[in-house]
Amino acid sequence: MTVLLTLTILILIGVALWQITKIFELSQLGQKKDNSQIATEKDNDLNGKLMFAFLVFIYAVTIYSFWTYSKVLLPESASAHGPAYDTLLWISFAVILFAQTLTQAVLHIFAYQYRGINNRKAYFFTHDNKLEFIWTIIPAIIFFMLIIYGMITWGKIMNFEEDEDALVVELYAQQWNWKARYGGVDNVLGDANVRFLNDFDGKNSVGIDSSDPNGMDDFVVTQEFHLPINRKVIFKLRSQDVLHSAYMPHFRAQMNCVPGMITEFSFTPTKTTDEMRMNSDVVDKVNRINKIRYENSKLLTANGEEALEPYQFDYLLLCAKICGTSHYNMQMKIVVESEKDYEKWVAKQKIFSEVIQ
Amino acid sequence: MSEVSSISHSSHDDHHHHKETFITKYIFSQDHKMIAKQYLILGVLFMGFIGVAMSLLFRLQLAWPEQSFAVFDIFLGDWAPEGVMDPNIYLALVTIHGTIMVFFVLTAGLSGTFSNLLIPLQIGARDMASGLLNMISFWLFFLSSMIMLASLFVEAGPAAAGWTIYPPLSALPQAQPGSGMGMTLWLISMAIFVASSLLGSLNYIVTVINLRTKGMSMFRLPLTIWAFFVTAIIGVISFPVLLSASLLLIMDRSFGTSFFLSDIFVQGEVLHYQGGSPVLFEHLFWFLGHPEVYIVLLPALGITSEIIATNSRKPIFGYRAMVASILAIAFLSTVVWGHHMFISGMNPFLGSVFTFTTLLIAIPSAVKAFNYITTLWKGNLQFNPGMLFSIGLVSTFITGGLTGIILGDSTLDINIHDTYFVVAHFHLVMGISALYGLFAGVYHWFPKLFGKMMNKNLGYIHFWVTAIAAYGVFFPMHFIGMAGLPRRYYTNTAFPYFDDLANINVVITVFALLAGAAQLVFLYNFISSMFFGKKAEMNPWRSNTMEWTAPVEHVHGNWPGEIPHVYRWAYDYSKPGQKEDFVLQTTPLSKGEKETEH
Repeated sequence: MTVLLTLTILILIGVALWQITKIFELSQLGQKKDNSQIATEKDNDLNGKLMFAFLVFIYAVTIYSFWTYSKVLLPESASAHGPAYDTLLWISFAVILFAQTLTQAVLHIFAYQYRGINNRKAYFFTHDNKLEFIWTIIPAIIFFMLIIYGMITWGKIMNFEEDEDALVVELYAQQWNWKARYGGVDNVLGDANVRFLNDFDGKNSVGIDSSDPNGMDDFVVTQEFHLPINRKVIFKLRSQDVLHSAYMPHFRAQMNCVPGMITEFSFTPTKTTDEMRMNSDVVDKVNRINKIRYENSKLLTANGEEALEPYQFDYLLLCAKICGTSHYNMQMKIVVESEKDYEKWVAKQKIFSEVIQ
Repeated sequence: MSEVSSISHSSHDDHHHHKETFITKYIFSQDHKMIAKQYLILGVLFMGFIGVAMSLLFRLQLAWPEQSFAVFDIFLGDWAPEGVMDPNIYLALVTIHGTIMVFFVLTAGLSGTFSNLLIPLQIGARDMASGLLNMISFWLFFLSSMIMLASLFVEAGPAAAGWTIYPPLSALPQAQPGSGMGMTLWLISMAIFVASSLLGSLNYIVTVINLRTKGMSMFRLPLTIWAFFVTAIIGVISFPVLLSASLLLIMDRSFGTSFFLSDIFVQGEVLHYQGGSPVLFEHLFWFLGHPEVYIVLLPALGITSEIIATNSRKPIFGYRAMVASILAIAFLSTVVWGHHMFISGMNPFLGSVFTFTTLLIAIPSAVKAFNYITTLWKGNLQFNPGMLFSIGLVSTFITGGLTGIILGDSTLDINIHDTYFVVAHFHLVMGISALYGLFAGVYHWFPKLFGKMMNKNLGYIHFWVTAIAAYGVFFPMHFIGMAGLPRRYYTNTAFPYFDDLANINVVITVFALLAGAAQLVFLYNFISSMFFGKKAEMNPWRSNTMEWTAPVEHVHGNWPGEIPHVYRWAYDYSKPGQKEDFVLQTTPLSKGEKETEH
């Protein structure tokens, strides 16, 4: 039935279009007859003006989007390298917006201004090497400056030193959840491989090699992992099955998890979860979200379903690399807290030698 | 060389009166014009319709997640229990949408239609260098399309690992339903596709080098031909790498080798794979994948160059700079692939190198944009539908291209990699731009393809609605990407943090439906004009290039008599001292006229 209905509608739309074109043609009958399907002076005039209107539209969309959508963007960064990242991002955006505004204006204004008029001859202008040189060299200079700034920042973020104070955390990805492993008292991760996953009746959840003494005091957590504030963290990333990507947007951090190799990323958290919850952008966002959730809950309860829980901000670890069915729901909570609270949390964890007993 | 070609032409004339049956004329045709039409109808209209329809299905799911739709029930059947889309099929739709649009529509459809139609006609050749290979190329494409479509009907669904099919997800049937039979068919289809593409490309290259008519030197070629020629060269260099990647993946999947796999534990079982690396696959894939962007884009830019010059009634500005920038883009396109892999786990030093090469490629791209704009300056613009789409292309090429400054920078890529920001960027810069180039070409050369004119008013409606809808779809996407939302999420309701993005997703979907509706106007216009359109004149746009000297009714061998000779470049529009505002390339220099310096 629905198929039939859809088909009927499609046919009707077809007929309507046919009639509209007929009307268009008929309406032009009285004037000079022209059905050549080649643009006339009138078409040029109309479309030239629409080109100008389209420039206004582009500007309007840009302004509207920045005005209303800026508030959904990520709040200020919560890592030591974050501000450098954000500065580079906004410098790049400034360049983009400047170039976009200017070139779109010239393009559409020319399209409007030089819309065709009968019997006008265009200006014969084949090339100008000086102009070409200018608009080769100007973008080149701007891009080189961006490249150099970018490379310096990239070097700082990626070439971290393996100093001894840094906390080593393994993020372990599988379809479709995350686990985190800590080195324990010695802060050294024991060797691990997927071959050991089935040891100890599956209690060895990230495949620690039980013959490596470094691994005996390691501990593994699920659902959430904690980080002490202002201490450098070196992440070692592993995956047991397919590619995943550890994405921690609030820390401006992402790295793929690749089966068969260990990848690395490092950052220093600079704001505790509690501090971030007080951030005015985050407060606004949480209020907005809770308003939406409240509205949605009304609908749900009306249908006899459970209401949604109010939302509270937390740092997130997401998966950003397509990894199968539940790719969209592969999450872990990150808690950043004071060194003291962190130590308390660590003390509660069960180490590997206890787990396998 | 030109003498050789004229000899071969005359000898062809002698025996070209062979009988044509329905099958040799319409189905197994070796005539480049018919093959162009076949590519247009199968590659662009048919596959394009399916690819776009798929995007509308998953846009519905994104705007109204996990709700029941009758249309899902009809088209997805068991994959949408009670009309609610299953997450696996969401991923499959995203995957096949990408594959179809990138490869079938914008590679085979675009190049297949216009390279085939225009290369012989614009360089003055009777046909392609090898009509037989050309025909085989199309039928391999047909086979490849049918296998890809067949994969939509296997029980566990088509490939669902994303159009980039990164292993191990694509290699392990245990990892997801879409990596079973559907993935096998995907790989077979793509292997055949590559063969088809290579045969086509080799033919284009040989034809351009060998079969130009007398007087058609390389620097008298229209920019369309330069673009198709260089595109074919990039294709020949990079497509074989995809073929090898596909073959190695087939071996990993079916014969137990370990090229891309190592240390894998899935479904409670340790697999035997040892020593391979998924990163190797990423290198191989993107060694094609990035040049592929330019394989899609350059023909569209070539078409635009031609149409903007013709409809501005002005020479294209900076012809040699345009050729140089095409060559520069072609060369650089093969050394930038690593910008897709900044955070793949490869050495960070490589990240710096690829950032450098990537931002270099922005320079020739900028030159092209500026040259288009200058071509409009002081022109006498004729707003035929093709012209609107060409200007639209320049506009989206700028909007989409500029955000490449952010994505090409390894540092900034860290936090927006694999988010919707990427989706917005590449859809504008290669998706929409290349589609605009495709539409521009169809409106402009419809008279050459079918001897009929397309309805201009429907063309205007098509353009303006599409232009507005394209911005409505892709502009807001930048923001949800910068809000941290990863791409290829079945729904973002699993994270309350993204709840305030739901409204934006509804806006995007509404515009997407509008854009889809606008394409129906095009489809209607295309089909009705094909049958009932106004008969075309020989040179409706008063253009300079050679194809408009060939008769409207297609003849085998393109020109009934001798092939015309060429005496000038393709862009003598509004040349001072000439009567008309255009001079055909085949018109000899008049007395005292100097050849235009360009």
